[in-house]
Amino acid sequence: MSQTSVLYDVPGPKARARNATLGVVTIVVVAAIFAWVVVRLFQTGQFEASKWEAFGYQGIWEQIIGGLLNTLSAFVVAAIGALVLAFVLAIARMSNHRAIRVPAAIVTELLRAVPVLVFMLLLYYALPDLGVRLTPFQAVTIALIAYNGSVLAEVIRAGVESLPNGQGEAGYAIGLRKSGVMRLILLPQAIRAMLPVIIAQLVVALKDTALGVVVTYEELLFIARRLGSAATLDRPIIPSTIVIGAIYIALCILLSWLAIVVERRLSRGPKSGGSTRSKKANAVGETSTTKLIAIQGGHQQGSGAPPV
Amino acid sequence: MLGALTDNWELWRDAVLGTLTLFFASGALALVLGFVVGAMRVSPVPIARAVGTAYVNTIRNTPLTLVFFVFVFAVPVILGARIDLMLLGILALGIYTATYVAETLRSGINTVPVGQAEAARAVGLTFSQVMTSVVLPQAARAVVPPMMSVLIALLKNTTVAATFASAVINLGSIRSTLSERGENSLDVLLWVALFFIVLVLLLSWLQQVLERRWKVAR
Repeated sequence: MSQTSVLYDVPGPKARARNATLGVVTIVVVAAIFAWVVVRLFQTGQFEASKWEAFGYQGIWEQIIGGLLNTLSAFVVAAIGALVLAFVLAIARMSNHRAIRVPAAIVTELLRAVPVLVFMLLLYYALPDLGVRLTPFQAVTIALIAYNGSVLAEVIRAGVESLPNGQGEAGYAIGLRKSGVMRLILLPQAIRAMLPVIIAQLVVALKDTALGVVVTYEELLFIARRLGSAATLDRPIIPSTIVIGAIYIALCILLSWLAIVVERRLSRGPKSGGSTRSKKANAVGETSTTKLIAIQGGHQQGSGAPPV
Repeated sequence: MLGALTDNWELWRDAVLGTLTLFFASGALALVLGFVVGAMRVSPVPIARAVGTAYVNTIRNTPLTLVFFVFVFAVPVILGARIDLMLLGILALGIYTATYVAETLRSGINTVPVGQAEAARAVGLTFSQVMTSVVLPQAARAVVPPMMSVLIALLKNTTVAATFASAVINLGSIRSTLSERGENSLDVLLWVALFFIVLVLLLSWLQQVLERRWKVAR
């Protein structure tokens, strides 16, 4: 795979022997850490039947499934809402009218700068002071929509701005209006180019549903905590961490895997716009996650066009 | 509005200090650990690459809240000792952020064209010369802006430390403490939000300055 790495030459016999030794050392170190954790878990009695008894009850699994459904419903609502908000904010920020562009930019920047947790706390604990009482579900989804919507808005905008000016100009030349150029020419290409990044951001939204625990939203982690502290079940905190953790990781890996599949398809697909492909060539090996980190932090890559 | 701030001056000071401690300590840990993992992911040793990939993929697909959950509830049991919650918070944040640091380093190295290193080897530079005078200077410049983004995300993530360990005084947990003292939650949280907005805008500005200064012309 790395025969043409920038870091090292193709290994010769000496380097190959050294690499093999390093490989063995890595295995030994990793195996030692794993073995130690497992031994400690045994020593502290985490694998005793009484600790795992809870997971033999149907009622417990009904609770876990309920938590899973709560996590998923918050995610689905947040994902759809965030996408809608993202389009609104992105299009508003690319408007030709200063009166629309500037407020949209301010809102986007503010929503991106406030931590999701603080926003959730604001919605749940502070709004009642103003006479608005939200349910935990509403607090979680609104906070997630606000944050992920503003990040996705920047993703879409970066996608549109990475297109060559000729795309929009050609649209105007054949007589399309502004809305037609945006809807028929710019957005479809931008979304296509940015789809892996968009999915990667949805993984972030899925992970952040776990923050709902601070506003007593009964999602998976909330259930794990309640289960883990149940005295009648011998306080199975580590077993429930293992079970719930596995569910979370499986969900996120499934969604991340979708992003990778889409990324592969797009880079292979014959119809992926020539311009975006040349931009992609600049960023060889740059994963959607790294692009995403860049956009989340306030920095945009690939925005070649001057800001409108 | 101002009362929430001025009446509880010491608490705010402790909270800001707590947030900054979490930020700098876990940032340092993340950079060191991320450097090691990033090096593993681009190393010529297949097993090290596999271990690095497994670490990054697992932790990055775990909610940060769950990482904190593990550190607050499971790690003390495994170690069989009570550990300072602040230290656990730093470890959790550092281990989580290290995966993002590793990915950023890796993609930074990937931006250096292979031809650069091949040309350097062709003129007879040794491995360490290739690294220090050709590859790493270019990679470092490409890494700085996204690394700042990772640090901005880390700053925002310090608030998550408050979810299970409200004993860790920071800006995420200050609301529960102050509402016990009868302060208005709205005022307190608006101040917290303002603090983050100011710091994040400051860091973004620094990022843009660094980027403009260190841009690689290719």
